[in-house]
Amino acid sequence: MAIQLKMPALSPTMEEGTLAKWFVKEGDEVSSGDILAEIETDKATMEFEAVDEGVITKILIAAGTDEVAVGTVIAEMAGEDEEASPAADAEAASASQDEAEAEPANEADPDIMNVAPPAPISRADDPSVPAGTELVSITVREALRDAMAEEMRKDGTIFVMGEEVAEYQGAYKVTQGLFEEFGPKRVIDTPITEHGFAGIGAGAAMGGLKPVVEFMTFNFAMQAIDQIINSAAKTNYMSGGQMRCPIVFRGPNGAASRVGAQHSQNYAPWYAAVPGLIVIAPYDAADAKGLLKAAIQSPDPVVFLENELLYGRAFEIPQIDDYTLPIGKARIMREGSDVTIVSYSIGVGMALEAADTLAGEGIEVEVIDLRTLRPLDTETVLKSLSKTNRMVVAEEGWPVCSIASEIIALCMEQGFDDLDAPVTRVTNEDVPLPYAANLEKAALIDVPRIIAAVQKVCYK
Amino acid sequence: MAKSPRKTTPVKKPAAPKRAPAKAPAEAKATVHSTGGLKAPIYSATKAEMMDFYEQMLLIRRFEEKAGQLYGLGLIGGFCHLYIGQEAVVTGLQSAISPGKDSVITGYRDHGHMLACGIDPKIVMAELTGRASGISKGKGGSMHMFSVEHGFYGGHGIVGAQVSLGTGLAFAHKYKGDGGVCLAYFGDGASNQGQVYESFNMAELWQLPVIFVIENNQYAMGTSVNRSSAEDQLYRRGESFRIPGVQVDGMDVLAVRGAVEEVLKDVRSGGGPVLMELKTYRYRGHSMSDPAKYRSRDEVQDVREKSDPIERLKVALLKQGVKEEDLKALDKKVRKIVVDAADFAEASPEPELSELYTNVLVEQY
Repeated sequence: MAIQLKMPALSPTMEEGTLAKWFVKEGDEVSSGDILAEIETDKATMEFEAVDEGVITKILIAAGTDEVAVGTVIAEMAGEDEEASPAADAEAASASQDEAEAEPANEADPDIMNVAPPAPISRADDPSVPAGTELVSITVREALRDAMAEEMRKDGTIFVMGEEVAEYQGAYKVTQGLFEEFGPKRVIDTPITEHGFAGIGAGAAMGGLKPVVEFMTFNFAMQAIDQIINSAAKTNYMSGGQMRCPIVFRGPNGAASRVGAQHSQNYAPWYAAVPGLIVIAPYDAADAKGLLKAAIQSPDPVVFLENELLYGRAFEIPQIDDYTLPIGKARIMREGSDVTIVSYSIGVGMALEAADTLAGEGIEVEVIDLRTLRPLDTETVLKSLSKTNRMVVAEEGWPVCSIASEIIALCMEQGFDDLDAPVTRVTNEDVPLPYAANLEKAALIDVPRIIAAVQKVCYK
Repeated sequence: MAKSPRKTTPVKKPAAPKRAPAKAPAEAKATVHSTGGLKAPIYSATKAEMMDFYEQMLLIRRFEEKAGQLYGLGLIGGFCHLYIGQEAVVTGLQSAISPGKDSVITGYRDHGHMLACGIDPKIVMAELTGRASGISKGKGGSMHMFSVEHGFYGGHGIVGAQVSLGTGLAFAHKYKGDGGVCLAYFGDGASNQGQVYESFNMAELWQLPVIFVIENNQYAMGTSVNRSSAEDQLYRRGESFRIPGVQVDGMDVLAVRGAVEEVLKDVRSGGGPVLMELKTYRYRGHSMSDPAKYRSRDEVQDVREKSDPIERLKVALLKQGVKEEDLKALDKKVRKIVVDAADFAEASPEPELSELYTNVLVEQY
């Protein structure tokens, strides 16, 4: 039985090529690895090697022939072994390729057109706080520390690693006390090597541990972003669900105060763009605690974006054991009927302040804190839009390709009929953050800008 | 993790010479290029072990030849990096570790590693053809295959990333105290990536049970080692981190096995990381679409004729009295396995479209 030699595809995109030269003639014996022919494409010249042993019986395409389609039979050979399983194999291959060719390439496949992402599931509400529960005032910094400590007490596979997290107690003191309580095995100072320890953290997670990796700030996580996206976020998918990466990457994000362009940046839209990640950016202490606990418990990789300017701010938090909040659920911070402000992280505080001022002008503002940026709670946003019919997105970050952009697209696609005014975004200016005090102030989002935007969409 | 006192093993003490010996003495086989006093004796294998090595290497070779053929037929798409020529490296190393206890991680030239981990060739080939029965349900492809069951952690596409991840796997071994060791494979090209050295530093600092395995196949895509590496004796690349290194003939499966046995003893006893440089050669292009014009045909032919790992072991087996027919029969058996794998990979259906949105996250939120 003859083995058919077919014009090979030499690259992912090759469709045809020139059969430049034959190195064998009919009757030649060849063995595996011998060069049979030279094939040219527009990109390269490559040698075509024999895979099987045998004798070349026929050369069907002459040297010098142009535009030979991939898959064309260019020669035949007789196998050395007359069981000729390779021939049967080649035929099987050719059969399945014919099938593939039979499908018209450019027509839309109705099945593929019908593929849609799964509908968002109904998300759990925050746990109800029983009447009479004591409220205690703690800072966001303490809330984050308590979340880690509580989870670490429950599960010995959780450890914290990062620069200055142990003996120094954290560059921003978020890990204060953890080293004393859990010791050097579980609270680990790393060298200044973000790329390396993000990878080590991801590897440890793949190996069955639950790392909490602190970046001193997310600006430095750019050194490590390959490991966050290519390793942590994609592995579960690429492995067909076999290999998990339950890790939390956390640290301060966004502009701090007068630290210049390289240390002042909001990465929320970067990470929120990546399927396979969960992205959380809380505003107050209760959410910081409840969501960090949920992040640590999650079997998925989480990017947890904090804000340096909020660390020292105190909020009331219900005194409940194991206070854990649902990931993916936005929170209505203030109810209102005239207009909705959507925000997250530090922007929520500004939105609430703006709402107070606007209430004095007779505008009742609903304020939504997204809290989780991926997956986004589109249900809560759209429901509020259907109530108020006007929306402003307030974001401490750049305007282009932002979370605000995403919310606006959502309203266009799914809330268009509810809109009484264009959705407007209030963001930082579209520049690297300047150092000079007046320029920095001019570049950053503030309450008056949010108020002005709300007035505008209310046509006031 | 405790910054434990580092000098736990005497092997690390002696200062290495500034330069590797320029020329190997006459008894080249017995000369070991190493730092930190590492030894690398040739393994004295039984005939049965040698037959196993032979079969394993042959399986990888035939599998990769078949993969190349299926690529040419359009059944495998995208990037496809073949392991042909390097079989002795993974065969020798994997034969020495404890499956189920140790972990293995590598880059994108990973088909051979999966086979050497004992993973069914059918589901590996079906992944290459992007079918539902593939080990990653067709969602990973040639570069992204994993089997947690077999301690094989991928299958990674970004050059050097697996070195940090492998160091993390070793971190997990030490944290859990499970006695496991991680073999982190990477190439001569990856050995110039920054995160590799970040990982070296932390691995030694924390005394992690990891073997850094450099498969030096001489070319990082089209750039030869000496065109890209200031220190081209790659086994010395751990020196500034006090990581001992050993250079091994990666075309000799018995040399590989012998060296790794010594290294494993050291690493398992808590001695911290060790670097192994396996000098090897890939016969094919970097990937299927590499015309490999950066080296001469003669150079490739020369290695194939003089150093082919399979031919070398074949000669040794014949010397030991194994019959040519027995080897032929083995070859036939291996070809059958590979043909069956290819048939399976071609006949399996593509993944259901509903798989598109599965496994993005583990849980629903």
